[in-house]
Amino acid sequence: MKTNRWTDCGNWVLDRFPLTKFWNEHMAHYYAPKNFNFWYFFGSLALLVLVNQFVTGILLTMNYKPDAKLAFDSVEYIMREVHWGWLIRYMHSTGASAFFIVIYLHMFRGLLYGSFKQPRELIWIFGMLLFVALMAEAFMGYLLPWGQMSYWGAQVIISLFSAIPVVGEELSLWIRGDYVVSDATLNRFFAFHVIAVPLVLVLLVLLHIIALHEVGSNNPDGIDIKKHKDANGIPLDGIPFHPYYTVKDLVGFAVFMFFFAVVIFYMPELGGFFLEHANFIPADPLKTPEHIAPVWYFTPFYAILRAVPDKFAGVIAMGGSIVVLFLLPWLDRSEVRSIRYRGGIYKKALLLFVISFIGLGYLGTQPATPSATAVARVLTAIYFGFFLLMPIYTRWEKTKPVPDRLTEQPSLEDRIPDLVETFNEVTVKTEGKSGLFSRKLNYQGLSAVSIRFLKRIKGSLD
Amino acid sequence: MKRLLNTLILLSLPFGVFAGGGVKLQSADFDLSDKSSLQRGAKHFVTYCLGCHSAKHIRYLRIALDFDIEKDKVLKDIAPEGANIYDKMNSAMNAHDAEKWFGIMPPDLSLISRSRGPDWLYSYLKGFYSDSSKPLGVNNVVFPDVGMPNVLWQLQGEQKPVFKKDGDQQVIDKLVTEIPGQLPEKDFDRMINDLVNFLVYVGEPGQLERRSMGKYVLFFIFMIFILAYLLKREYWKDIH
Repeated sequence: MKTNRWTDCGNWVLDRFPLTKFWNEHMAHYYAPKNFNFWYFFGSLALLVLVNQFVTGILLTMNYKPDAKLAFDSVEYIMREVHWGWLIRYMHSTGASAFFIVIYLHMFRGLLYGSFKQPRELIWIFGMLLFVALMAEAFMGYLLPWGQMSYWGAQVIISLFSAIPVVGEELSLWIRGDYVVSDATLNRFFAFHVIAVPLVLVLLVLLHIIALHEVGSNNPDGIDIKKHKDANGIPLDGIPFHPYYTVKDLVGFAVFMFFFAVVIFYMPELGGFFLEHANFIPADPLKTPEHIAPVWYFTPFYAILRAVPDKFAGVIAMGGSIVVLFLLPWLDRSEVRSIRYRGGIYKKALLLFVISFIGLGYLGTQPATPSATAVARVLTAIYFGFFLLMPIYTRWEKTKPVPDRLTEQPSLEDRIPDLVETFNEVTVKTEGKSGLFSRKLNYQGLSAVSIRFLKRIKGSLD
Repeated sequence: MKRLLNTLILLSLPFGVFAGGGVKLQSADFDLSDKSSLQRGAKHFVTYCLGCHSAKHIRYLRIALDFDIEKDKVLKDIAPEGANIYDKMNSAMNAHDAEKWFGIMPPDLSLISRSRGPDWLYSYLKGFYSDSSKPLGVNNVVFPDVGMPNVLWQLQGEQKPVFKKDGDQQVIDKLVTEIPGQLPEKDFDRMINDLVNFLVYVGEPGQLERRSMGKYVLFFIFMIFILAYLLKREYWKDIH
């Protein structure tokens, strides 16, 4: 009889709350294309990182002091005297960088398979709003440890607002709450970082997912799976999100956590990229560091800012580099979504864009020498060219015929024999040692493999 | 295609062309698992550094626990007289005097190894040379015009710079011993390494624990990966 009573309890709730409906709509009866590949892990990973940031963030708040006199020392207190404080702090600081890695790859997936195109424009807009909110969250969070880079990074970015004509000075004063970055700034950034922006993030995540589930997921072929349904109205190429993608995403979670743990336990600073060296010096309003660089995830935009000679124009360019992403669904005039069926010109443009983005990211970490600025200008032009010329070159491009149904591509598991063969080709067996370490690099094989790889890339660009 | 390749080569230029500049640092040779080295480093720190610099984020108790030594031994051998085991490594110098004597309060050294790096510290401590134009009579190759005297000069002796021409500028090539100190060079290097070792430890006392824990965590996650993968394969076997 015991089980019956529990079932009754459950039914009591279900009679009064649409839990079943919700579960079916978004999990058990949400049909996703069956051919999601590697690039489709990053959406669920972003959710995992968001949860990580919430949990570790709440725990950090319990010992952190948002006070200019105490903030820096309270972080060290967490690192040294709070039980597991170092782990929680590293999970949060590594999580911030991981969030941007995951989000950049997630957005790149959109560029690859045209996930932003009709009818998914609104999903892209919500996603872009999420990206902007995430940047605000990261920027404000970075002030909280109150190190030299926290302080001067915030000082530089907030002073950008003063470049706006007429209201600029007043505006930056209003943001800081003081004439310089100070205790007042720290307190308001803390409030935004732990309450206001996280609320916005959660809301936008919900909107992003609801909008996605309304129109259905895109896929690597960029075709509509709802065109072919069976007698029950279920897409022939669709599989229920739960259990298929829940168990698949678990594998993605495990792989992600492995790399995440490698960083946390063995290289939490990641050579000064995840935690900048200068941020281990307490903030000193009287001493400007010789080289102020934002954390790596902001550096592409920072490089664009510096590439423009005029300060106000630079601010416009930096803002424009984000705004132009919002317009992407209307800039792309191609008939097809997926890069698999696009013409060569989009592939080359995308490759150039990726190079310009990474190049700008690198230059943003470096001091602005004249030659570096010159290269940054070229890359900035490519960055904007990719978007602003898109209406022209996507209309020209010769697309390939799009299949009717999803295509079969070899999965990662299917490629394992090939990978083993490649490994055997680039290495040779040596005497003495055993196992994996018994092999050393074979340069002939390596060059043969790289040439083959480059030829394949070259071939796939046309 | 060729034009594209050319563009690619041109675009890859930024990686590397801007490298270089600054004095080449010597590499410190330290081992965080060497507890006797850490213990010697702590002792040197208290003897030579703590007079002016604090390390306010570490307690003597933590040192006793992390170095596996008795609390009494820490108080007797390492801590300055009158210190309590629960005390943090505070300096005896106050800010008022410091500003009168040096113009600035000497920085707290708890995190110096994380902001500067061990090689910088090693090169800095070995990088003092006689320079009569400076108020303290010494200058430093990695930290020009530094406001700190060479505290270890009796042990190290005095060094003078050897210049070389770089374009039309005179730059320091290397330092040579002018007046030998109390310690032979090998012993002095070992002492600096012990000191750097201790400072790296103080930068993050939990780092040994962190690293030794890592492999278990990775093993655990790998097990989860295998389970998740098998589960996925089982569920997906009829999807084609």
